[in-house]
Amino acid sequence: MRKDALVLALRLRWVLLLALLAGSWALHAEVSVPPLQARVTDLTGTLTAQQVAALESRLAAFEKQKGSQIAVLLVPTTQPETIEQYSIRVADQWKLGRKGVDDGILVLFASHDRAVRIEVGRGLEGAVPDAIAKRIIAEVMIPFFRRGDFYGGLSAGVERLIQVIEGEPLPEPTQSPATGISEDASTAAFGIFFGSIVIGRWLRLLFGPLIAGLLAGVAVSAVFWAGLSLPWLFGLMAGFAAFVFVISASYGRGVGGYYGGGGGSWRSSSGGFRGGGGGFGGGGASGRW
Amino acid sequence: MRKLIVMLLLVSTLLGGCGYNTLQQNDEQIKASWAEVLNQYQRRADLVPNLVNVVKGYAAHEKDVLTQVTEARARVGSVQATPELLNDPQAFNKFQAAQGELSSALSRLLAVAENYPQLKADGLFRDLQAQLEGTENRITVARNRYIQAVREYNVTVRSFPSNLTAKLFGFEVKPSFAPENEKAISAPPKVDFAAPAK
Repeated sequence: MRKDALVLALRLRWVLLLALLAGSWALHAEVSVPPLQARVTDLTGTLTAQQVAALESRLAAFEKQKGSQIAVLLVPTTQPETIEQYSIRVADQWKLGRKGVDDGILVLFASHDRAVRIEVGRGLEGAVPDAIAKRIIAEVMIPFFRRGDFYGGLSAGVERLIQVIEGEPLPEPTQSPATGISEDASTAAFGIFFGSIVIGRWLRLLFGPLIAGLLAGVAVSAVFWAGLSLPWLFGLMAGFAAFVFVISASYGRGVGGYYGGGGGSWRSSSGGFRGGGGGFGGGGASGRW
Repeated sequence: MRKLIVMLLLVSTLLGGCGYNTLQQNDEQIKASWAEVLNQYQRRADLVPNLVNVVKGYAAHEKDVLTQVTEARARVGSVQATPELLNDPQAFNKFQAAQGELSSALSRLLAVAENYPQLKADGLFRDLQAQLEGTENRITVARNRYIQAVREYNVTVRSFPSNLTAKLFGFEVKPSFAPENEKAISAPPKVDFAAPAK
């Protein structure tokens, strides 16, 4: 009987070792940064669906009006890291705020740690200095949290942040604040580019490779520059690429086939909320209740 | 036509492959992140006089701590913080030590402040404390980014074949940060259950 147990243990030693390793790894593992899909990410179930939607639409309206991106993240805990360490990792990965303006704010809420942090993007450190962030946490949010009203605290805090940022002169929001080139334009650009290569291959049969390549190249750069109002250098480069692709027919076939296969998924993956490329330097404040 | 493209590709890979461009990029990255570190240290040093003044208003007899902070602040100011510091390990260590001293003096000051409820309730003190906390956090972030940049650079300098390029152009391994309070961390904490002397 004891021998059986020994054999079993021997047989399972690798499993046991792995389990042990996994266990010790899990103890030290840092909390991973969730992917950014919406302005309000609740991993704790603290907020109801309506509350998330209300906060979400308030933040979306503010981004449309002012251009700044505010996101709220609720996690159970940030242990073993401090809330400051975790928060800068999230901010670095999410890149809230417009590129170059750096006007993003992350409101991080850790329910088990009973801690909250406002991480301020570099461009808003003037509008929301550390002392103001600290006051918003201590005087606006924490009184609500002490009463157990987490939604009340978060929405009041966000409202105050919005008030403070509204007074700051920032660049006007553009139609597409997330990236310099809008989603639609880049989708259209891809379509036109690969379409022209496919058409160019047909033109090859009629006019020969050189003329077909020139036609495709000129058409692509003209449409990119004038039609989609992309930077002219970009149009020129795309036109040259189309020219090269059409001239070498085997490339055209390969690329055309790739677009047919991969185009659909490329389009569907670009949805939801994305950070605009803003930078963070560790400014802001944290508080506990 | 195709030969030309292949040639162009070959030449650009050869140029990129020797690591010269990577070295330059990494070096610039280090300079930028070091400037940010200095910037944040400067910001903290600028906060100190105000903080000392506010604390003095409520706790003037805590002379030891106050003078320690002021002296540490003066020492920090006396170390020339220039970008050239990076290429001189001795000066780098001196700078580090001075900043570390100021860090521990400031944390002692804040610990003392805990004993004065009126001071803690003062609006100006609370704002300054928030700024100091924020700045300490910025320093941590800036230091981490600097460490990251140095690591990338050092890997390039030491790995083949870019190490040959590095040697040719005189790029050397750069110093990184050790924890500021190395001594304090390695010493075991002292726990004293005797009643505090009042």
